Amino acid sequence: MPQMTDERIRAGLTREEDLSLLHEVSMKTAGVSHLEMCIQCGTCGGSCPVAMDMEHTPRMLFAMLRAGMREEVLRSNTPWLCVSCYHCVVRCPQEVHIADVMYTLKGMAIQAKLYTDSTAPHFSQTFVDMVEAYGRSYEMGLASRHYLRHFPLRLPSMMPMGLGMITKGRMTITPKKIKHLDQLKSILRRAKQLELTS
Amino acid sequence: MNKYLLYPGCSMDSSAKAYMESLNEILEPLDLHLEEIEDWNCCGATEYLGINLIPAYSLIARNLALATKQMDGTRTVVAPCSACYLNLAKADYYMQERPTLGAKVNEALAAGGLEYKAGTLDVRHLIDVLVYDVGLDTIRSKVVRPLSGLKVVPYMGCMLPRPDYQHRWSDHEHPTELDDLLRALGADVIDYPLTTECCGGHMTQIGPETAFELIRRLVADADERGAQMMVTVCPMCQMNIDAYQNEANHFFGTNYHMPILFFTQLMGLAFGKEPGDLGIGVELVSARNALANIGVEVPVTQEPAAPRKKDEGLPMPRRWTRHEGKKEAVK
Ligand code: SF4
Ligand code: SF4
Ligand code: SF4
Ligand code: SF4
Repeated sequence: MPQMTDERIRAGLTREEDLSLLHEVSMKTAGVSHLEMCIQCGTCGGSCPVAMDMEHTPRMLFAMLRAGMREEVLRSNTPWLCVSCYHCVVRCPQEVHIADVMYTLKGMAIQAKLYTDSTAPHFSQTFVDMVEAYGRSYEMGLASRHYLRHFPLRLPSMMPMGLGMITKGRMTITPKKIKHLDQLKSILRRAKQLELTS
Repeated sequence: MNKYLLYPGCSMDSSAKAYMESLNEILEPLDLHLEEIEDWNCCGATEYLGINLIPAYSLIARNLALATKQMDGTRTVVAPCSACYLNLAKADYYMQERPTLGAKVNEALAAGGLEYKAGTLDVRHLIDVLVYDVGLDTIRSKVVRPLSGLKVVPYMGCMLPRPDYQHRWSDHEHPTELDDLLRALGADVIDYPLTTECCGGHMTQIGPETAFELIRRLVADADERGAQMMVTVCPMCQMNIDAYQNEANHFFGTNYHMPILFFTQLMGLAFGKEPGDLGIGVELVSARNALANIGVEVPVTQEPAAPRKKDEGLPMPRRWTRHEGKKEAVK
C-alpha cells in the first residue's frame, strides 16, 4: 500500500481512503490486475480506437487512481467508452488487465451513482434484467426499451432496420426462457451477496 | 467422428440464425458432431461484467458447470460467437489466476447445486476448431464449387484473437486463420490490415457516434481495397456492420453497400450447398450482387417495407444525423 508522503499531503490528498483507491480497484478486478505495475508509458492510449472520445486516456486514468482522485475517476466517461477491444491489453508492457479494470470502474461508478451519462448504465441494466428474468437475452425487447428511453430521435432511422430484422426472421418477438430458471436465480442471488475484496 | 460441446449463445437462433443454419450444413461433410450444452444461459455479453463481478462470473460459470456433465468423450466447448468465447475462456482463466474468484463463484454455483473446477474444460472458438482440428486440407478436399472470383476481406474482429489467454492464435493483431480458410475455399482474399479492429461492440446501442465511426472505417477500407464482401466469425460483428451500415451511411452522408457474411456461409457455398439453406438472403445489406460474380443465384426473400417517401399524417422527428450526433466543439 502506498505511503502518505509530503507531496500527497501538499496536493491535498490526506484521506487514507484516497491512498487505497488504486489497491481497492485492483482487488475488485477479476483476475490479477497488475494495475500497481503501470509505468505510465502511454501505450494503452496510443493503441485505443476510441481515445478521441475519451475524457482521459487509460494511462491518465490510472495516474488519477494512483493519486486517489476517486470522484474524478468515477465520473470519467473513459470506462464507458471502452469497447473491450483488448488492443491495449496485448500491448501493455506491464500486462495490466486494462479492459477488466474498466469493467471494475463501471461497477464502482454505478454503485457510487457517479456516472454523468446514464445511457450506458441503463443499457447494461436493461440487458441484465432481461437475462435475470429469462436466462437468455431478448433482443427485440431490449432494443425497443432502450431506444424509447434514450434515443427517440434515432427511432425513425432505426425502423427500416428493425422491420428488416423482423421480416427476415432475425429478431424474436417472444423471449425464450431457460428450463431451470429457478436454479439460475438462486445462483445469482447468492452471488450478489459475495464480493471480491481480498 | 469429432465430438464437441456447443455453447451456441443467444444470437444463434435470432439475429445470427444464418450462422447456425450454415454451420449445420457443413457439419456432416466435415464429420463434426456438436452436442449443445443442456439448458445453457446467456453469458451476459459485455454488460454484466460492468455491473457486478461475482454474479457476472457465476452467470458464465453456470454454463461451464453444465458442460462438465456432458463431457463424455470430449472436454472441448466450442463457441461460434467471439464474445461468448471470450467470456467463457476468461471465466475459466481468471478462476485459476485468482483462486479467491474461483472460490466465490463456486460458492454461488453451490446455491444451484453446481460446481466448476477451473481448467476442466477447453474453451475454443469455432474457427479455431475448423482450422486446427479439422484442418485446411480436409476443408479443401470438400470444395466442389471454388469461390474464385469472389473478392473478400477477412474480418476477425477484436475479441477473438485478444487477449488470447491460451495462446491459440497466429498473431494478436494480424492473425491469418480466416485468410487461410477463405483461400482454401478458393476465394480471392484481399489483405485487410483492419481485420482485428473493433466494430464498436455495444457502442451501437449506447454511443452511436463512436460506433458509426468505427463501422465507417472498416467498411470504407474494405470498399477501397475492392472487396465485394466482408467475411466474419462473430454474430455481434455481423449485426453491427450489417444492421447499422445504413444508419452509419446516413450519419456520414456516405453510400456504402458492403455485405458481410459468416465464414460458414461461404464454406457451405464452396461445399456445393444451396444459398437458401445457408441463410443467405437474410442479411440486410444484400450479398446478391456480390455472389452473382461467382454465378451463385440468391433466392429473393421478403424485403422490408420501404419507408414512406412523403411526410404525411403526424409530423415525424428528424432522422439522426452527424450534426445532431456530434457535440458542438467548444470554441
Ligand atoms: S500500457 Fe500499461 S503500463 Fe503503459 S500506461 Fe498503459 S497500463 Fe500503464
Ligand atoms: S480495451 Fe478499451 S481502453 Fe483498451 S484499447 Fe480497447 S477500447 Fe481502449
Ligand atoms: S455474447 Fe451475446 S450471444 Fe453470446 S451468449 Fe452472450 S449475449 Fe448471448
Ligand atoms: S469486433 Fe465488435 S462485435 Fe466483434 S468481437 Fe469485437 S467488439 Fe465484439
